[in-house]
Amino acid sequence: MNAVCQKPSARIRNKLRCKTITLAHGSGGKAMRDLIDDIFVTAFDNPELDTLEDQARFDLAALNALGDRLAMTTDSYVVDPLFFPGGDIGMLAVNGTVNDLAISGARPLYLTCSVIIEEGLEVEVLRQVAQSMKQAADAAAVHIVTGDTKVVPRGMADKLFINTAGIGIIPEGLNIRADRAEPGDAIIINGFVGDHGAAIADARGELALETSMRSDCQALNSLISVMLDACPNIHSLRDATRGGIATVLNEFAASSGTCMNLNEAAIPVREDVRGLCEILGLDPLYLANEGKLIAIAPPKYAERIVQAMSTHPAGQNAAVIGEVREKPVASVILATQFGGSRIVDMLVGEQLPRIC
Amino acid sequence: MKYVDEFRDPVKAKSLIREIHGLIAQIERAKERPLQLMEVCGGHTHTIFRYGIEKMLPDTIELVHGPGCPVCVLPMGRVDDCVALAEHPDVIFTTFGDAMRVPGSKKSLLQAKAEGADVRMVYSPLDALGLARANPYKEVIFFGLGFETTMPSTALTILQAKQEGIKNFSLFCNHITIIPTVKAILDSPDLRLDGFLGPGHVSMVIGNKPYEFIAQHYHKPIVVAGFEPLDILQSIWMVLKQIHEGRCEVENQYQRIVPDQGNAEALAAVGEVFELREFFEWRGLGSIDHSGVRVRSAYRDYDAEKKFSVPNLKIADPKACQCGEVLKGVIKPSQCKVFGTTCTPEMPLGALMVSSEGACAAYYNYSRIDLLTNADTERPDGIAH
Repeated sequence: MNAVCQKPSARIRNKLRCKTITLAHGSGGKAMRDLIDDIFVTAFDNPELDTLEDQARFDLAALNALGDRLAMTTDSYVVDPLFFPGGDIGMLAVNGTVNDLAISGARPLYLTCSVIIEEGLEVEVLRQVAQSMKQAADAAAVHIVTGDTKVVPRGMADKLFINTAGIGIIPEGLNIRADRAEPGDAIIINGFVGDHGAAIADARGELALETSMRSDCQALNSLISVMLDACPNIHSLRDATRGGIATVLNEFAASSGTCMNLNEAAIPVREDVRGLCEILGLDPLYLANEGKLIAIAPPKYAERIVQAMSTHPAGQNAAVIGEVREKPVASVILATQFGGSRIVDMLVGEQLPRIC
Repeated sequence: MKYVDEFRDPVKAKSLIREIHGLIAQIERAKERPLQLMEVCGGHTHTIFRYGIEKMLPDTIELVHGPGCPVCVLPMGRVDDCVALAEHPDVIFTTFGDAMRVPGSKKSLLQAKAEGADVRMVYSPLDALGLARANPYKEVIFFGLGFETTMPSTALTILQAKQEGIKNFSLFCNHITIIPTVKAILDSPDLRLDGFLGPGHVSMVIGNKPYEFIAQHYHKPIVVAGFEPLDILQSIWMVLKQIHEGRCEVENQYQRIVPDQGNAEALAAVGEVFELREFFEWRGLGSIDHSGVRVRSAYRDYDAEKKFSVPNLKIADPKACQCGEVLKGVIKPSQCKVFGTTCTPEMPLGALMVSSEGACAAYYNYSRIDLLTNADTERPDGIAH
């Protein structure tokens, strides 16, 4: 990546001298400069950002050498609470966008970071979030190269919202698309489903359960590169975030006009996540994940892919959870552990706990 | 998972299914037409669809999904009342989660919340009381909903509020009772039911005695059933066994939870706080005598209907809906004129499409496989392979 880097500047970084964010920090004056310098430039610390131009600049020839297509994506993060077991909003904002790039087969390279801050947020909270973004970016080998800061009056936003956009390069020869699922293909997952959704429900503290549930928030790009080494002809890939694996599988089924046939017994769900779902009448298939992907691949490669995944920390509990069939078209069917079968439809609205 | 997986054992399920097949083959009546068994409770309906139980049973058994989904049977007018209360400027309106989406004549609680009403989801009425303690300058209203299962916790919360002298808490009472409703169904002229699975969690409170009239006067077998899939299968087997042996009794499959006499303390709290209403309006079934309860006048300070003005308008069910016929087993959900067309879980017209426990919603969400397969003559255009 050196070829696309600018020369680092030797300019002096300004320091922030207050404990809470005020509207002044979004007003474009000295306070804003101090905030950007002290929090973001210091944390993200990379040559592209350090020039403090209004845009990051890239050497096209260097990007060209990595593949034949540019992938671009954007996502906004509004999670409540900001910090939860297993992650925080900063980590989520980096990993989410990295994953949205990586599932195209792209190598994620650069991210943007726009924050909308509610007046009154503690500076220390913002600093922690920025540091967490940096750690996540380092772990995923991406740079946060440009950004924006806005402060809104109290009550106009909830503490902190982050938007990240990202670009990556898709290597030649890959063709990963939702509509390529074919009858006979294997449906593969990289581990336990529902951890993030369950951890967030628990972290909101409304239930006062004693559990050890943690979000699965993680970048998937290095896992995906391991998978593509094992089988470059992976047909479809998607990270299962909001709406859970049920939603992704419905998207695959609809795009490809096939039936996603799942085997409930093969789907990995942690005991405590299952417990939470039992208590609240929720379905783990619809719970959010932040580090899980579904891959659709030709059956003869399935074992090799799962084998390769299980050597990677993000894929230790990888499993084949079903197969693609021809009919009924555009549907997801689950063979229940109990011996019956049912449809797994798209969720209507939010999953709400049942009365009794 | 302990205490859960034991009740979902596929090997035991297979052997029970085998027994059920064997038993029904010996029942003469089932040779003329399928036996219709009604599961009264929405929790049973949910289990039946979630585990695909209907498809495991012989064709000679037809499950009729009864009225026991309190969210589904809530009439539109009552939802409108909820919205009116919630939109009161000083009110925090608290509700169980799945009541949020039930459509009123103009909007649901979810829509009212989006428009600015302070509507909060709680897991227990005690959470609502906690909100009242924490917000002394607000009026906290709890939307009491459900059969005898949830009634005791609401009653105990009111008793606690009184004991603590909390003045800013009240109940919008929509609790309903199961017995008059089952009786109304049994009295309907187009009824064809052959037996019942009794509601396990209601029975945990009221015991088994209240069902005796079903066996004695209407000569239908009833088995109080648990909510795990093996509970359901065993209960079906027990009903068939009664039919085969020519018995009509109240039996208790859910003995690990349901005592024959019910829960005396819970019943005492319910009796202390609530009294029967003369009649209560049900979505899909119309008005049923003595089928709802209200707060006794001794606790009127905790009755939202006394404390606030409630519009209390009666809104008729949409004409096209055939919920009543589905509830009584006269037609299957998919035979309703509007099923899956103008009535879907996204835009429910009828009661039974509203909650995931409603027969139509459960059928739509989990069990349209046959409909999908039959519709599969060609693939949609524009799909690349």
